Amino acid sequence: MPSTLFEKVWHDHLVTPETPDTPAILYIDLHLIHEVTTPQAFALLREQQLPVRRPDLTLATMDHSTPTLPGASFKDVAIVGASAVKQISQMQKNCADFGIALLDHDSDDRGIVHVIGPELGATQPGKTIVCGDSHTSTHGAFGALAFGIGTTEVGHVLATQCLLQRQPKTLAVDISGRLGAGVSAKDLILAIIGQIGVNGGTRHVLEYRGAAIEAMGMDARMTVCNMSIEAGARAGMIAPDDTTVNYLAGRPQAPRGRDWDSAVTRWRRLVSDDGARFDAMVSVDVARLGPMVTFGTNPGMVIGINEAIPDSRGDPSFRKALDYMQLVPGKPLTDTEVDVVFVGSCTNSRLSDLQDAAAILKGRRVADGVTMLVVPGSQQIKEQAEAIGLDKIFRAAGAQWRESGCSMCIGMNGDTVPNGKLSVSTSNRNFEGRQGAGARTILASPITAAASAVSGRVADPRPFLREA
Amino acid sequence: MQPITRIRSTTVVLPTRDIDTDQIIPARFLTATSREGFGVQLFHDLRFNKDGSPNPGFALNQPAAAGCAVLVAGNNFGCGSSREHAIWALLDYGIRAVVSTEIADIFRNNGLKNGLISIVVDTQTHQWLLDNPGTEVEIDIARTTLRFAGDKTVAFQLDDFARYCLVGGIDQLGFLRQRMPDIENFEQNRSWTP
Ligand code: SF4
Repeated sequence: MPSTLFEKVWHDHLVTPETPDTPAILYIDLHLIHEVTTPQAFALLREQQLPVRRPDLTLATMDHSTPTLPGASFKDVAIVGASAVKQISQMQKNCADFGIALLDHDSDDRGIVHVIGPELGATQPGKTIVCGDSHTSTHGAFGALAFGIGTTEVGHVLATQCLLQRQPKTLAVDISGRLGAGVSAKDLILAIIGQIGVNGGTRHVLEYRGAAIEAMGMDARMTVCNMSIEAGARAGMIAPDDTTVNYLAGRPQAPRGRDWDSAVTRWRRLVSDDGARFDAMVSVDVARLGPMVTFGTNPGMVIGINEAIPDSRGDPSFRKALDYMQLVPGKPLTDTEVDVVFVGSCTNSRLSDLQDAAAILKGRRVADGVTMLVVPGSQQIKEQAEAIGLDKIFRAAGAQWRESGCSMCIGMNGDTVPNGKLSVSTSNRNFEGRQGAGARTILASPITAAASAVSGRVADPRPFLREA
Repeated sequence: MQPITRIRSTTVVLPTRDIDTDQIIPARFLTATSREGFGVQLFHDLRFNKDGSPNPGFALNQPAAAGCAVLVAGNNFGCGSSREHAIWALLDYGIRAVVSTEIADIFRNNGLKNGLISIVVDTQTHQWLLDNPGTEVEIDIARTTLRFAGDKTVAFQLDDFARYCLVGGIDQLGFLRQRMPDIENFEQNRSWTP
């Protein structure tokens, strides 16, 4: 029977299939862990005197509370202070006690967990990948089944390398057309979320396919899959192809020699067969898509850069969102003054994202009164960016160039947007208070964020490209 | 885990839709390393003014809300993060069930593992509950029914296994560990290794 990509990976990992009475037992190939969602899981293991069953399939790093100022130590971290220091030392102790290799603060391989998994080649097609973090969906860009879990389930995976799961439904997202100049994967996924809504993917695994996806590099595919969770989806997936295989070749944790050849053969079969049945389908045409920006307090509240903010039509939640954002219906966002610009996060902190932002900033200045932070997703990316001189471009423009980490995406490390200030951010969530108490967040692509930094106002990046 | 068979309580109503996990518990409180004590930070930025004083207009600060174990929320509750801190905060505060028209997958799943029940109801029932804060409801886990407005009853969806675990106080990790021979067998017989 023809199967979908998701079904192939799912069936390949069934220890026991589901029955009406019991969920399936699903084997996990890669467990990513970080400091925020694991302490209570390790505590449970200690209580029950259980070892970590497969430390070799566990990849650990610290990213959320990591300071990004060069030379800063965890002790200098403002706001979260003492408890963050405790969380970090707890993580070090847990990894040491349970025999897990930790990519610690001093590691050249550390970075945001969803950036380093692919970078190290640990993320591979056909794997099941979980993490106590909803943006685990990022890894689906490789044709892996990757999803976020809670801390109780982190404990289950640490102790048994398995999860109890009911089979999710499938939703095919067919994307036709090609993205125009100045329009990126970020704009595409924001448009999809705007179309299907922030719960449009609930209980489903999304498979993105079509010409626009095939034309994308891995960085862009990761941006798309990363935000699947913002549509409420369990996971997002993209079938592996030459682009995927070429990306993984030679990575430290990718298979080698004969193992590589057999892995590639196996990966090539990971496509949805002709005639495979999905539970639901949507189609999106991106040929005329322009840059997208959010105006509200969830990622589904999104418009084209030159479109007017829609009217609340008496919806109190909508009005509350606009009040929080201090925005009014009927006008586009392009006049709105910007205080902070953040280029970073597991959505948009990879080398090509930084190159996109640098292309706009080269030979230009960040507008007076705007603070701009550029935070690479990993130390490796930082090094690659410096090797091609991007740091110099950012600094010359007046932006701050930082060490890697989650930073202002979640504001747990002291990098926050001040109360009431407006931020144009390349991250994935514009929730109230996400970037700091009272912070007002507009989500955008790196190129739109950079154009806004230069303009001092939310800006359409396309005229900048023509001038360049 | 303690068995849970029935929840009887008055309701507290939060009519806003799309309440996300960052509103349930802001990220800056996530550096704790235990499960306890998150209740004071539940809905922190909605519940307290900037100077730290309670916001009198917020539902949880109304005298009638004291001791309520059932939260009726606007459409689409719990989207966003996978962090269980959102569940721990609700439970620590005393909320044991959330009722809405749509509840995010990971939130619902995390809740069930900790004994917090997510109940999805039809829009009519939802509207009635939104319009009648403080009403008494009764949730029967074994029968998967919600009784409200005196004698009205609606059924809700609850995974059979989750129900079995809740009613029996079954620990899911224990259940998984009993299947260890199957897990080892799977590892030994698979056609490739990660
Ligand atoms: S960058 Fe943001 S979304 Fe990504 S893992 Fe870090 S906090 Fe989460």
